[in-house]
Amino acid sequence: MSAINAVDAAFRGEWSQLVATLVRDLGDLSLAEDVASEAFVEASSRWHRDGIPRRPGAWLLTTARRKAIDRIRRDRRFDDRREELTRLAEDPPEVPAEKLLDDQLALIFGCCHPALAPDAQVALTLRYVAGLSTAQIARAFLVPEATMAKRLVRAKRKISAAAVPIEIPERDRIAERLTAVCGVVYAVFTEGHASASGTALLRGSLCDEALFLADTLVELLPDAPQVRELRALCRLTDARRATRVDDDGLPVLLRDQDRSRWDRSKIEGGLADLATAQALTSGGSASPYGPMAMLAGVHAAAPCYESTNWTAIVAVYDTMIRRDPNPVLALNRAAAIAERDGPEAGLAAIDAADPHGALATYHYFHGARADLLARLDRTEEAVAAYTAAIECCDNDADRRWLESRRAELT
Amino acid sequence: MKYALLLYADETVQPDYTTAEGAAEMQQWFEFSQELGAAGAMLGGEALEGVATATTVQVREGSTITADGPFAETKEALGGCYLLDVDDLDAAIKWAEKIPNVGYGTVEIRPLMVFDEE
Repeated sequence: MSAINAVDAAFRGEWSQLVATLVRDLGDLSLAEDVASEAFVEASSRWHRDGIPRRPGAWLLTTARRKAIDRIRRDRRFDDRREELTRLAEDPPEVPAEKLLDDQLALIFGCCHPALAPDAQVALTLRYVAGLSTAQIARAFLVPEATMAKRLVRAKRKISAAAVPIEIPERDRIAERLTAVCGVVYAVFTEGHASASGTALLRGSLCDEALFLADTLVELLPDAPQVRELRALCRLTDARRATRVDDDGLPVLLRDQDRSRWDRSKIEGGLADLATAQALTSGGSASPYGPMAMLAGVHAAAPCYESTNWTAIVAVYDTMIRRDPNPVLALNRAAAIAERDGPEAGLAAIDAADPHGALATYHYFHGARADLLARLDRTEEAVAAYTAAIECCDNDADRRWLESRRAELT
Repeated sequence: MKYALLLYADETVQPDYTTAEGAAEMQQWFEFSQELGAAGAMLGGEALEGVATATTVQVREGSTITADGPFAETKEALGGCYLLDVDDLDAAIKWAEKIPNVGYGTVEIRPLMVFDEE
């Protein structure tokens, strides 16, 4: 391996652990980040000249600790840490693996602390856990780099001024705090997944980061069912990435996607996660990601659209609606009914899904109605429904698709 | 770490302290303050009279403007505060969860500013 590749590999493998250990040593996130970055800069020159160290992680940690000692020499805030840090840098102890994992988990819980704004939680997690640069995070979220830098600085200032703990929460708080952590990872995933056109390649990398974060969480908390459900959902959804848009950036419906291009290893991994989660919850689900992953799993298991197990899909929607009666779920359930029992039954289910007109400005509602009306040869009503859908659609790719469907009818 | 816990509540929702319901809440305030003190976490705490008794003062271009009422017209009014000395924000949040009116009001946690001695 070349020195440059070795530094890259160490960055991917060691960054989060390095920052996590340094936060414990120093009690200061900004300082931990600075000296960790400096250690990597030094690695890229030294490893080239002196060869790659036998244990890159240990080399980086000792280098970063020495840099920290230089930095805090005259800073009285660190009076009570200096001696200990010197000892750690000179004679680094063997740290048991669980302790290392605990430090990483503490870092994740700290970045996703509910006292921080949601967009700051996402930015901090991508910076410290996934190791993205400020510029990379800014590009992924389509904001200027200065805006993202300001967001991170403000969040770090709050962490230090308000003493937001970078620690594993108490046992009875872990479940609720883990919900927030999963929410951050899922927000990263949907951000990468949602935008279909133009910037797709760039933002697709956010899906990779979310999968990396989900892998990290599973490694740290292998017995937490919600974490398995989250990773199952991300994997099963991402398995379809290559087929979701056509060459012109238009969305491709599930029924028209080329299933031979679905990523089999992601599907198998996702289904395995789902099975583990179900074993851990005795067949129930621990989070909203569970039923969503089950839906994705049913689709992934069908060799072609026609062979989809719609009865299973309707059953999952039934359990979701029992827990959270909302018209968007009812609309999706109606679409599954249409596939199982035909367009007439589907149309009746759609109209029953939204008795109070809550979906009047939701383009998927009008789009789904239009599609069923067209299949029933009620062309005039179908055109009107497509027009209603186009009028309330705020997504360019979807609008172009709706317009092309309407044009086919007239 | 030192924090101020600023207690906001809608005065029309909080109980009348002359009734039995109000007396029960008053007892909770008393017990909360005692618990805080016993844990060595309390630096101080005060309750405020209602906003109807508030006076605002501003000095603009040398002249004093005095007016009746609070500075900001919001539904929830500042009704009191505690000053705490605890380990970190999570510890402050745990105390905030136990404040008697947190079930209908809002507790704002603010770290106290630390000034360098140099």
